[in-house]
Amino acid sequence: MADLSIDFAGIKSPNPFWLASGPLTNTGYQVSKAFDEGWGGAVWKTIGDPVINVSARLASIDYGGRRMMGLNNIELISDRPLDDNLREIAEVKRRFPHHAVIVSMMFESNPQIWAEMVKRVQDTGADGIELNFGCPHGMSERGMGSIIGQVPEYAQTITRYAADGSSLPVIVKLTPNVTDVRPPGKAAIQGGADALSLINTINSVMGVDIDSWMPIPQIDGRGSHGGYCGPAVKPIALHMLSSLYNDRAVRVPLCGIGGIETWRDAVEFLLLGAGAVQVCTAAMHYGFRIINDLTQGLNDYLDQRGIAQVNQIVGKAAMRVGDWNDLRLSYSYQLVANIHADQCIGCNLCYVACEDGAHQCIDRIPGQKAPVVREADCVGCNLCSLVCPVPDCIEMVPVEHAVSETWRQRQERLTSFS
Amino acid sequence: MAIVLNQDHRFEEVVPPFEPSEAMDEALRCYYCYDAPCIKACPTGINIPVFIRQIANHDVKAAARTIMDANILGATCARICPTEALCEGGCVRKEDSRPVSIGRLQRVAMDHAMTSDYLPLPDIGVHGQGRVAVVGAGPAGLGAATALTRMGYVVEVFEEKPEGGGLDTYGIVSYREPLSVSLWEVDLVHKLGTTFHFGTRIGRDIEWEGLRAQFDAVIIAVGLGRVPKMGILGEDLAGVWDALDLVEATKTMALDDIDIGRQVAVIGAGNTAVDAATCAKRLGAEEVTIVYRRDQTAMSAYQYEYEFAKQDGVSYKWWTVPVQVLGNHRVQGLRCARTQVVAGADKNSREADLQLLPGSEFVLPVDTVIRAIGQTKPSALWDEIGAETRNHRVVVDDETFSTSLSGVYAIGDCLGRGGEATVVAAVADGKKVAWAVHQQLTRTNERSV
Ligand SMILES: Cc1cc2nc3c(=O)[nH]c(=O)nc-3n(C[C@H](O)[C@H](O)[C@H](O)COP(=O)(O)OP(=O)(O)OC[C@H]3O[C@@H](n4cnc5c(N)ncnc54)[C@H](O)[C@@H]3O)c2cc1C
Ligand SMILES: Cc1cc2nc3c(=O)[nH]c(=O)nc-3n(C[C@H](O)[C@H](O)[C@H](O)COP(=O)(O)O)c2cc1C
Ligand code: SF4
Ligand code: SF4
Ligand code: SF4
Repeated sequence: MADLSIDFAGIKSPNPFWLASGPLTNTGYQVSKAFDEGWGGAVWKTIGDPVINVSARLASIDYGGRRMMGLNNIELISDRPLDDNLREIAEVKRRFPHHAVIVSMMFESNPQIWAEMVKRVQDTGADGIELNFGCPHGMSERGMGSIIGQVPEYAQTITRYAADGSSLPVIVKLTPNVTDVRPPGKAAIQGGADALSLINTINSVMGVDIDSWMPIPQIDGRGSHGGYCGPAVKPIALHMLSSLYNDRAVRVPLCGIGGIETWRDAVEFLLLGAGAVQVCTAAMHYGFRIINDLTQGLNDYLDQRGIAQVNQIVGKAAMRVGDWNDLRLSYSYQLVANIHADQCIGCNLCYVACEDGAHQCIDRIPGQKAPVVREADCVGCNLCSLVCPVPDCIEMVPVEHAVSETWRQRQERLTSFS
Repeated sequence: MAIVLNQDHRFEEVVPPFEPSEAMDEALRCYYCYDAPCIKACPTGINIPVFIRQIANHDVKAAARTIMDANILGATCARICPTEALCEGGCVRKEDSRPVSIGRLQRVAMDHAMTSDYLPLPDIGVHGQGRVAVVGAGPAGLGAATALTRMGYVVEVFEEKPEGGGLDTYGIVSYREPLSVSLWEVDLVHKLGTTFHFGTRIGRDIEWEGLRAQFDAVIIAVGLGRVPKMGILGEDLAGVWDALDLVEATKTMALDDIDIGRQVAVIGAGNTAVDAATCAKRLGAEEVTIVYRRDQTAMSAYQYEYEFAKQDGVSYKWWTVPVQVLGNHRVQGLRCARTQVVAGADKNSREADLQLLPGSEFVLPVDTVIRAIGQTKPSALWDEIGAETRNHRVVVDDETFSTSLSGVYAIGDCLGRGGEATVVAAVADGKKVAWAVHQQLTRTNERSV
């Protein structure tokens, strides 16, 4: 059995799976139940001055018969009295001393309020604080949430308010609603953040009911922009995570969030640099019980590779993600599609995809089921292998050319001649 | 996929419609293949990936339009096409999973069309001029009439029976296709603008020559005849049925008025025999036995038909031929003999010569005998109108279906092509002959200008 326990910026947890701040972590009842079922930690539903919510609050985008490929919410932070939240946090912590309880916070930009609130959170016995600089709806219009995360100076200032009086590790949760997540991340570190977590939700309009012409979701005839999450956002989260992890100025642990549903998703986040991960939509969809798949799958994965401790895989793939200009150019390294005729079922999807959407280099041979790639013309884009419904039927075969050259190297070579 | 059959009502449709959620699941299994093999495997070339996608995208009406555009009898075909041998046999998903249930999805779309307002079909962009007579309102005739009407021709269909639909109406058992489906399709063709003359037999009520004189083209789609006699003693006794008469009776009479007896022998092992046997069972016969001179490997019934008969409790006697129907006024038994293939012949072949096993005769105690040994060919008709024949079959051009008589075409079952005849192939003939007629008439019109 691999050791799944982690120490994330001083926060100890029996496994790297935390529930993200949200409806799953609204009450002591829920967090206790989640811990009983095996979750390693939980980030409490963001506390602040209690809000009043609207109804409805959620909408989803379905795909190919599966529900909730993406989820959108217009829920605000906790609508429960602060005292109730703090009391329940303390109770949970007493019952689960070895689990990680992190308290997500969002308050107005006033140092006194922050100092007082941080003190009260500390008194609960919680293990850490997460600053919600990400909520992209409602709170942002009131000067909190993503409006802070979008302006590095604000992020630095508010982090400072919280970190100054805090003996607990401070995690800053970043918003993806920026063109580059690194400046706010680094600003938070300068403000005293001990760790960063990302991503919060992405601003979105979920849809329009084409019969009623109402936005989705609609609140008595009106809708608003809301935060998008779930499996669909995973690639965006992975990009932002790896860009921070690969930034030399970022030396704090990173907590990965966004679209994690299975242990495989989690492994990808770990490999790109997450020291812990948080899950929201998937557990909202299927319940806390998915933790079994997450822990067992991760354990088996590590065991199979003879890896003793989960932290040994953190960041192991990150250095391979970087600047396009460091990729070998196609005259240097190329892929060529190869259709395994014995596996082909004859759907011709690769043919039409390459013909209309790529480089017109797949031919259909009369009387033969499997199409054939005209290798000389294939640019190795991958499209055909992506559309082929048969796994591994189309193999992308690497072709080595004598030269090894990236764009950057090419530029250097050309300038050195002149 | 095993389908749970609805067996509550013996003459109501046994295959249940898909629930909406089942339809959606099944539609999403389709890969939306390009130049899809299933389309090629459908004789009428229905654009299957497109109609399935339309169902998946909640536009069932468009799905129905896609189907009807290619096959006006889409509702019948959704029910009775041997899909394993046709579209579903071509589906790529038989290789990585199981074929998409194209037939049942087609039924989803067509059931929707049947319960909605009349759905106009797309303009096919052809504007023909002329008058075409179609003889026979079965699948072939309806297919031809639809295509020609849509091309702008004045089309008149002459049908001997009081209703159109041919065997769909009179020959397909109602637990496989309710009568209302076939009649709805005939009405659809009527709404498209085709004129029907029911109760009008050409050769009796109107002379063939007269018809040829009145129309620019005549399409003969008269199908096959009744089940031939077996040529054995006693087969005119009361209690001996023609399988087609029996099926027709279940669709046109009160079921209680049909006297089916208690023990029934059905002669033949094709799909018609299965239909007759299950009809007899469902009418209340206690014991129904299919008597066939070869065995299971040579029988022409589809596997699912065979399974269906067994589910209904029909039993089989292989390597057996009837030699005499016994009885005075009514059937009291069937004398049979055992058969075997002649020495050296292939046991599994439908063509192998047979011989009777000496001394093997025995009597089946039955009070009803149903003949289901195929249908007679209309050879007398070809002689009557003077069309060239070969082996009693009318000679037609492979592409155009034109007979040796100018302006006279023949399509559908009446060609007597052998093999398993299907409704969908008859409709496909109708579509093809329509183009041939159109080409011929366009040429004639051009010449006369
Ligand atoms: C019992 C049975 C079960 C079958 N089951 C299936 C099945 O499950 N699936 C399948 O695909 N196919 C099935 N078939 C085959 C299918 O029914 C035929 O292939 C199809 O009906 C042929 O169409 P058609 O238009 O050529 O002939 P028919 O359907 O026979 O239509 C011919 C029409 O012409 C009319 N007619 C004949 N002579 C004249 C005349 N002189 N003047 C005016 N009208 C005339 C007839 O009354 C009839 O209405 C079955 C056939 C039988 C007998
Ligand atoms: C209904 C809902 C409410 C949320 N509320 C909060 C919140 O109060 N504070 C917060 O930091 N993030 C909140 N989030 C964002 C999640 O914590 C998480 O960052 C995001 O959903 C991405 O993870 P996922 O793809 O696993 O859902 C909320 C998400 C949802 C769906
Ligand atoms: S890799 Fe791209 S270019 Fe090459 S065959 Fe496939 S689709 Fe065409
Ligand atoms: S997509 Fe795959 S299965 Fe389909 S034709 Fe191409 S190689 Fe064959
Ligand atoms: S072959 Fe099968 S999967 Fe492909 S389009 Fe036809 S029904 Fe769909």
